[in-house]
Amino acid sequence: MNKIREGIPTQGKGQEELLALLKEAQGKFGYLPKELMAELAESLGLSISEVYGVATFYSFLSTKPQGRNVIRVCQSMPCFLKNSQSIIESVAKEIGIKLGEATQDGKFSFELTNCIGACDEAPAMMLNSDVHVNLTPGKISQILKACK
Amino acid sequence: MPQKRIVLRNCGVIDPKHIATHLDRDGFKALKKALDEMTPEQIIEEIKISGLRGRGGAGFPCGLKWELARKAQGDEKYVICNADEGEVGTFKDRYILEKDPFTLIEAMAIAGYAIGAKRGYIYLRAEYHHLLDLLLNAISQARDSGFLQHFDIDIREGAGSYVCGEESALMDSIEGKRGEVRFRPPFPPSRGLWGKPTIINNVETLMNIPQIILNGAHWFNQIGTERSKGTKVFSVSGDVKKPGVYELVLGSRLKELVDDLALAEKVKMVQVGGTTGRIIPYSMIDTPLAFETILGAGAITVFDESRDVIDIVYRTMEFLAEECCGKCAPGREGTEVMVEILRRFSQGEGSDRDIRVLQELSNAMMLSSLCGLGQAAPNPIVDSLQYFRSAYESRIQKN
Repeated sequence: MNKIREGIPTQGKGQEELLALLKEAQGKFGYLPKELMAELAESLGLSISEVYGVATFYSFLSTKPQGRNVIRVCQSMPCFLKNSQSIIESVAKEIGIKLGEATQDGKFSFELTNCIGACDEAPAMMLNSDVHVNLTPGKISQILKACK
Repeated sequence: MPQKRIVLRNCGVIDPKHIATHLDRDGFKALKKALDEMTPEQIIEEIKISGLRGRGGAGFPCGLKWELARKAQGDEKYVICNADEGEVGTFKDRYILEKDPFTLIEAMAIAGYAIGAKRGYIYLRAEYHHLLDLLLNAISQARDSGFLQHFDIDIREGAGSYVCGEESALMDSIEGKRGEVRFRPPFPPSRGLWGKPTIINNVETLMNIPQIILNGAHWFNQIGTERSKGTKVFSVSGDVKKPGVYELVLGSRLKELVDDLALAEKVKMVQVGGTTGRIIPYSMIDTPLAFETILGAGAITVFDESRDVIDIVYRTMEFLAEECCGKCAPGREGTEVMVEILRRFSQGEGSDRDIRVLQELSNAMMLSSLCGLGQAAPNPIVDSLQYFRSAYESRIQKN
């Protein structure tokens, strides 16, 4: 079996490509279901526990469904000093879910992340791969409304 | 002292999307000089004499690291640029990557020639994915200009893990595994990526190489202190008016950064080196910044008088416990215990016994942890106990 649920070619690939393949699968399917990890393990000649071990080690990979748009607010010290708490509360209020949850329509999920290196323009957050800085509660609505 | 921009000389001056602007500022002249006029051994000797030490936190002598890899047997060797920059409060590498990727590419090519590697990797943290296109574009332009004929560069991205900034965990991550720390010896210059001789250098360390090649080792080792040569790029944030990136000669005083450049007021304490760094009370603001004193990767986080020491240390330990790779017991169990104890203090339920446990645990972790995370995790606790003991004592539960 050389393709994982159509779209992720694994022919000729081994452990070295595992992390990149998991990220690709994450991008396509929104998360890493058990069946996908099992198929990937078989294709790469690895054990399921090996694949699961990598999938659960990295914070940007998820074995639970995520929203199409993943919001990660930085919770580390320099952002905390610039009132990241108000940003966390604003995001929760804007999309109506709590930390660790995803919206019913699958549009957003919301989590905290550790220092993203934007401390000079704190508080900051990531929206998928984009970094948004110098945040205020007032900016949150506009930023999130622009998402599909 | 004013800033001395050696590492940052091109930042804000060149266009990071156009190699021509870099060439106009002596871009790739150092690589040309290295390839045409110097042997690998001569390059390594130059870096050794310069006194350049790693800028990612550990401060290992760069020339020595390269020499060990040079001497290692094997046709297949690797240069890795550590662009994982996960230490809290550090963003200088982000700034450098954004503004001068070409100098980094040139430095990696010089390193490759010096140690006998044909391939290099930039390990880019996932949080800097927005810089991927910029970097790929810069590499592509360097390649098209003919600078990467004997050495090519690929990018490998992380996926959200602080410990993958530790060089051995980083290599495991590139190999497609969990980012777990390796037992040493063997060290990377003898057995590293896929078991081959490898050097891993921080972004900022590499940024110094071309200028040292062009201007000479003696130019460099006149700058700085006895054991800390050159400049350091500092990342300043927190309770300051002017957060940002500042490059100062090593040996400059913390006061110059915090008071004079970043314009902080009513400072209680400064954390130098991030979560695994040192905590300096404002009374010691004249402390020079150098490997001999305090430095780390140069994260400077400023806390004003309104901030609570216990809360800060508690949050720091939470971060470290979460990010610990879990391989060694001192790191894995030690950070958990420290979080538990700090939680008690934050709730006003600390005890004298807790303080004794923290001190004993700190000694054990410093001695026996497998990597710098566990070895340095006790730093915030040791320092806060030394300088802010009353903060702990006021949270001891009276029975």
